[in-house]
Amino acid sequence: MRGMRGVGVLALAMVVVLAITACQQRAQQPAQQAKKFKVGIVYDVGGRGDLSFNDMAFAGLEQAQREFGDRIETRDLEPTAGGENREELLRLLAGENYDLIFGIGFLFTDSISRVAKEFPNVKFGLIDGFVPDLTDASNIVCLLFNEHEGSFLVGAAAALKSRTGVIGFVGGMKIPLIEKFEAGYIAGARYVKPSIRVLSDYAGTTGEAFRDPVKGKELALAQYDRRADIIYHASGGTGIGVFEAAVVKKRLAIGVDADQSLTVKDDQRPQILTSMMKRVDVSVFETIKAFVDGQYKGGYKNFGLAEGGVGYAENDYNKDMIADIKDRLEDLKQKIVAGEIKVPASKAELDTFLKSLPK
Amino acid sequence: MEYVTSLLSLALIASAIRVTMPILLAALGAVYSERGGVINIGLEGIMIMGTFFGAVGDYVFARQYPALVAAIPDLAPAAGVLAAMLAGMAFALIHALVTITFRVDQIISGVALNLLAVGLARFLNILFFGVATQSPGVSGFTPVDIPILEGIPVLGPIATGISPMILVALLLVLIGHWTLLRTRFGLRLRGVGEHPRAADTLGINVYGMRYAGVLISGALAGMAGAYLAIEQAHLYFEGMTQGRGFIALAAMIFGNWWPLGALGASALFGYFDALSLRVVVLPVPSQFINVLPHIVSILVLAGFVRRAQPPAADGVPYTKEEE
Repeated sequence: MRGMRGVGVLALAMVVVLAITACQQRAQQPAQQAKKFKVGIVYDVGGRGDLSFNDMAFAGLEQAQREFGDRIETRDLEPTAGGENREELLRLLAGENYDLIFGIGFLFTDSISRVAKEFPNVKFGLIDGFVPDLTDASNIVCLLFNEHEGSFLVGAAAALKSRTGVIGFVGGMKIPLIEKFEAGYIAGARYVKPSIRVLSDYAGTTGEAFRDPVKGKELALAQYDRRADIIYHASGGTGIGVFEAAVVKKRLAIGVDADQSLTVKDDQRPQILTSMMKRVDVSVFETIKAFVDGQYKGGYKNFGLAEGGVGYAENDYNKDMIADIKDRLEDLKQKIVAGEIKVPASKAELDTFLKSLPK
Repeated sequence: MEYVTSLLSLALIASAIRVTMPILLAALGAVYSERGGVINIGLEGIMIMGTFFGAVGDYVFARQYPALVAAIPDLAPAAGVLAAMLAGMAFALIHALVTITFRVDQIISGVALNLLAVGLARFLNILFFGVATQSPGVSGFTPVDIPILEGIPVLGPIATGISPMILVALLLVLIGHWTLLRTRFGLRLRGVGEHPRAADTLGINVYGMRYAGVLISGALAGMAGAYLAIEQAHLYFEGMTQGRGFIALAAMIFGNWWPLGALGASALFGYFDALSLRVVVLPVPSQFINVLPHIVSILVLAGFVRRAQPPAADGVPYTKEEE
């Protein structure tokens, strides 16, 4: 990785040198060939090294850097701990003539709408946020995920694997975005096993709820005490506490966003049944690719099961655990992609969905 | 639903004890500081340092001395706790220096510490671990069983598999109460908090005693942070203190500036916190429980619950008259 970056830097240096010499030789002509697209990313609170959301965005940026290294230059910035300066950072990048800027996380919604108005020539990518009334010509593209579809699959996995007939969900901040995970999870569980009981808890109602592993652990312990044997978390850093509780109680947990089996501590690894993957890296990469190819369009882009934007994780550690249910999950996946199962994306839709299930 | 009936279930009490501990340790620290006459609202910041250095001490020790840790696994978390207490004292020393020696307003210094800690922890985390917001996982203490009680099956949740730090914390409360009430050090510390001029006249080193109070509070708040990182979450995570330092201040006020009072108040707050996590149907919204510690401390300070009796010279910088 470092080597690649070194090569990139070297290439960049050479291009700059060439550009300068070119300019010196023919000062009148603009150096068209040397013009690189500038791509910037501003992370969500949590920043690089969160082993999930932000790291996946960075992975997408890195992939783009590898593939279009000669045509783009990239920069990534981290907001302060509370994220208060996220708008300043966007404006900083826009002011430095960046061509394409990503805001990672729904908290950027308002900031990006404002900054995008001030810099009509700059294009923006907004992960997870929804800005209303966008068109193809807008300079914002909202990159949205069908988390409910992925959650449906891990919910089905949990219900199929549960021995006690009780499973749990721990959410971070109680907002519609996280309730989408919950709705899909419950729907999936009840779809494959109507008798299943699902316990739901949220860590809080502010952004702090995504970084409270202590509370996550207590919530999960409480659910395990109430006979849940598998808990799905959609709570960022709070979920680390859920995994801790799974280790203490020797039960199972389900990760979120990234394939968390790969990144957690060794003793937590056997407790992770699977993870609901949300391919932020794919969305970032695809958007950069479209931009480089001159195909950038504003508006909304959905990444669902069909697009490979969400899914469940399979790796060397959980392969055996999910071997017996894999066929069933793949079958459900096909049904969702084909539109046979319409997965609810909110609590209201969930109620309708549950009523439609055969008793 | 079955859970509503079990307000006193042992699993709930075990949970309450766990969430009480960090508040209790920090509140105990605050008692020492304020009994000596120095308000320490920098507790939250000191706790943040404690969470970070607790994880660092644990992690580094386990990496440096793998053979030793393999033989005695508890050494790594012990090193973490020690590092957290030292870091807490170092951080508290800033507060002491600024407020006691240079007589800066104690509130301002405390606020500055809280702000400094947030930035410093992130900076150091990037320096140590290359990422901004979390440390690698660390190991905790081996859980212990309480002798005698462990034999009674129904007491399982609160008598077996508990953190040794819980026992240490409870012991520290008793020692603290006895120290303040019965020892020469305690009497002198209270003396400089009540009437520094009189204490000075009697030949007590006012500055020295106040430094001692603030440093002890730093060590205890650091330990509270270490408990969060090492025993609860098994890693440092940015923002994991979640305002517990401020709740500790509330507990100290509600506990009327005494260690046993702080224990009672912390336990009450901890119990309600655990209740909000465990009881599915609460008669009040969980947000109400979150603000409860602060409402209670306002009521105490306003004299509604009972007369608050802070040390008379609490928060007042002491100026030794020039000879």
